[in-house]
Amino acid sequence: MLEPINVSLASLNIATLAPMLIAVLGALVILTIDLAKGGLHKSLYVMISLLFLLLDLGSLIGFADVFLKNGTVIGFFNVMLMDGIAILAQIIIVVGSMLFIPLALTSKRFHEYDYPEYFALFLFMIAGFQFMVASDNLILIFVGLETASLALYTLIALHNRHKSFEAAVKYFTLGALAAGLYAFGSMILYAISGSVEINQIATVLAEDHYSNIGYVLLGMAFMLSAFGFKLSIVPFHMWAPDVYEGSSAALAGYMSIVPKIAGFVVAMRLFEFLVHSGVVWLQVILYIVVVVTMTASNIWALVQTDVKRMLAYSSISHAGFVMAAILIGTTQANSGLFLYWALFSFTNLGSFAMLWVNRQKNLLPGQSSDHPYEKFSGMIKTMPMGAVMMALFMLSLAGIPPFALFWGKLYMIGAAVSSGYTVLALIMALNSAIAAYFYLKLIVFMFMKEPIPAYQNSYFMNASLSLKTTIGLAAVVTIFAIFAVNPLLEVITLFVYNSGY
Amino acid sequence: MIDHILTLLIFFPALAAMLGFVVAKDSMRAYGIAVAAIEFALSLWLWYAYDPMVSGMQFMESTPIVAAFGINYLLGVDGISLFIIILATFFTLIGIASLTETRRIKDLIITLLFLEMTMVGVFAALDAIVFYVFWELSLVPMLYIIGAWGGPLRIYASIKFFLYTFTGSLIMLVGMLFMAYFYYQATGMWSFSILEWYRLILPENFQLWLFAAFFFGFAIKVPMFPFHTWLPYAHGQAPTIGSVILAAILLKMGTYAFVRFSLPLFPDASVFFMIPIAIIAIIMIIYTAMVAYAQEDIKQVVAYSSVSHMGVIILGTFALNVEGVSGSVFLMLAHGVVSGALFLLVGVIYDRRHTKMMSEFGGLASVMPRYATIFGIMMMASVGLPLTINFVGEFLSLLGFYKQSHVLTLTAGVAIIVGAIYMLTAYKKAFFGPVTNEENKNLSDINKTEMVGLIPLVIVAIWLGVYPKPVLGPINNSVESVIQLMHDKAQSAEAKERIPDLSGKNGTISMQEAH
Repeated sequence: MLEPINVSLASLNIATLAPMLIAVLGALVILTIDLAKGGLHKSLYVMISLLFLLLDLGSLIGFADVFLKNGTVIGFFNVMLMDGIAILAQIIIVVGSMLFIPLALTSKRFHEYDYPEYFALFLFMIAGFQFMVASDNLILIFVGLETASLALYTLIALHNRHKSFEAAVKYFTLGALAAGLYAFGSMILYAISGSVEINQIATVLAEDHYSNIGYVLLGMAFMLSAFGFKLSIVPFHMWAPDVYEGSSAALAGYMSIVPKIAGFVVAMRLFEFLVHSGVVWLQVILYIVVVVTMTASNIWALVQTDVKRMLAYSSISHAGFVMAAILIGTTQANSGLFLYWALFSFTNLGSFAMLWVNRQKNLLPGQSSDHPYEKFSGMIKTMPMGAVMMALFMLSLAGIPPFALFWGKLYMIGAAVSSGYTVLALIMALNSAIAAYFYLKLIVFMFMKEPIPAYQNSYFMNASLSLKTTIGLAAVVTIFAIFAVNPLLEVITLFVYNSGY
Repeated sequence: MIDHILTLLIFFPALAAMLGFVVAKDSMRAYGIAVAAIEFALSLWLWYAYDPMVSGMQFMESTPIVAAFGINYLLGVDGISLFIIILATFFTLIGIASLTETRRIKDLIITLLFLEMTMVGVFAALDAIVFYVFWELSLVPMLYIIGAWGGPLRIYASIKFFLYTFTGSLIMLVGMLFMAYFYYQATGMWSFSILEWYRLILPENFQLWLFAAFFFGFAIKVPMFPFHTWLPYAHGQAPTIGSVILAAILLKMGTYAFVRFSLPLFPDASVFFMIPIAIIAIIMIIYTAMVAYAQEDIKQVVAYSSVSHMGVIILGTFALNVEGVSGSVFLMLAHGVVSGALFLLVGVIYDRRHTKMMSEFGGLASVMPRYATIFGIMMMASVGLPLTINFVGEFLSLLGFYKQSHVLTLTAGVAIIVGAIYMLTAYKKAFFGPVTNEENKNLSDINKTEMVGLIPLVIVAIWLGVYPKPVLGPINNSVESVIQLMHDKAQSAEAKERIPDLSGKNGTISMQEAH
């Protein structure tokens, strides 16, 4: 006869679910409002989303406080894990989302924002990402990943262009493949360790001294491929440029930031204990992957003729750069990852938002894509402020000091240097030099060429106050990052160190 | 206020540039001149307040930026950097005052003021990261100046300039991170302060690698053979003002950085690489002089001669003794004045004829006597005629290196003399003989605006050639402390022998005066 098991409510620690539940609740509220009265303006939904995200952020800051006092909080049948990196990643996710959602308030009408479901799906997606980072249970991670991804596919398709459908289907197909690979990987890990919790798996593997190393590596190969797709690591990156091109510029910017930080955190949990226990194969593979991702995508970016595709390749390269942190695996490197990504989210979202305000409704005759370089030709003469902003974001992406990303690069390369990865540090530095070329190319077009009159009407076509505010905010953070680096670094290092990474 | 004069010097032009956006277009030139003049006055005040008897850093400021990673906003000047800062403010003033550009002058002046901020910042920074920030930031305004106001190949030239220097400096950045890491290992604290780094004594093989990493950054900037290929393009395509600032100040960043970083941080490596670098320097002197001889474009002649003289500066720096290093620092100033003036002079004729081909000219001396006189003086200074500013620097540099190697010094000396041929030939082709080209017959001589820029340069070139002491004294003082530091830190027997020990002598050692 089975013993009855008493589950006390206190031990469940339901509070660990609060941040995600706030986002889910927000989505439900939006759906309810739509049920009660349809046809409301998008500004309402944007503001409601923003409010719930603010609440979400508030609860995360509450958790940050608790974390600093009592350490990691575990709850809900031990599947929720609110440690430092979970909190940091969620803060980046929520802040990134708060920057993104005002971009819906364009002055021109776009199909997707007429549906309240867009905003509901958006909040569901955020909840999904939050689940993904705040757990070390492979099953919950999977659920979070799929919730978020399915919502994201729909958001892309809602843009309602021929290319958006193509992008969504492409992303969906490869996403499904990645999900399959993930399931296989977790199955193998479960088979050899009897657990789906990453720290349990680590303990079991350490106890029998990696006697099943062959299976571990097989499982990791599956996992690496799965996250390769999600993080657009070369050679699993081929969806990224097409999907970015097909989705709206704002969403493309969002996709280059938020889903990736979620992926990085899971990769950090999953791979770092293996890197630390000296699994050479994984180190070698990660090394190759990091170097190839950085270098190859930079070289592809050189030959792009469309700014959005260039930025797509550039964000792949940035992801590769940051993957180095997982290979290096020191506290400094992991703190560097969060610092880099926090700064990157402002700069990159700013540059995609610049594309978004210049989005045309219809292409000109002979124009092959939405944002060819020629479109920005001579922009300094017709739209000086816009050109300066765009140049600022490009310089920051190229890593020119003192703008935001330079500090992330500095700290990451510093981490590589101080853990003995000299060659890697040099490769990271030289890749910044390759990347400088395609960022400069846009600056050259904007500042040194003559304007093409046909394009001038499309500058700031989409601009509205909220878009300009978002861009302004991103620019301010990009310029004055120098003052934010020290406090950020202190907080991040504290959180990362106390979570044991 | 004098405590924060360096901050003021750095950020005053930047602030003025921001406010400049409000100034109306036709009043912009006056605004630019006013700002540059105030900045120049501030830098003269810095000189006035500077104590020439102190060899260490003065006017130091320190504020933490990223305390967790040891990055501080650390500034200070000594005799080595003081005069280069003054040179930078001086040339910005002269450059703006004699500006003949008419296209989008407002953008140009704002860019120049931002450039001035980065130039002063590089020479005042004592924290490696602050140094790096200004070093990299200086590329952006220069990119814009070449790319927007340059000649037909301007975009190629500006991108080449940017990518070359950017690549070199990224390797240097890795070197800097290594230095900070070694400091962390030795003391348990991160620090990017150059003065703190001076205290580190590194094993020789580390020194060699780090020297190489820094060398890439500096050598591309100087530019040393074989990394010099970006410079002729940049000079050839840049507008006059761009070439002037590039030759007078931006190239000095590289040679200055050798004195500031490479020598005191890696004394053993400096000795190890002394002969190879001297050979590169001599190749630079001879090879670029030969290339200059073959040029048809007068601006390219000046550009290559400028590279050629940079070789002498490098040679003096790697003499690793007081005479050589003082001489090379002095020659940095001299080269700035002379090559800056020559580029201004080329700009004068280009404004009139819109060509720089020497075959188009001939007999200009009879049409433009004043122009020919000033050009003649500057060209004599450039070839190192005694009683001109270049002579002092070249003489001291060679004297310094003579103590290390007789053969190499003699080769370099002969090369410099032979190098005078191309300058004299170019001068002869352009200025003497009959006026063959109809278009040259009615050229107007230099006007007041151009005079304002050129006369002060002529005065400086002769004054410091005759009486270099006010400048050479402080330089010498600071260089002595650098050399002493190098001697104390040196580990290998060869380095101990090559780098002189000055501690036995009291006071300043007698300088070999040029006259």
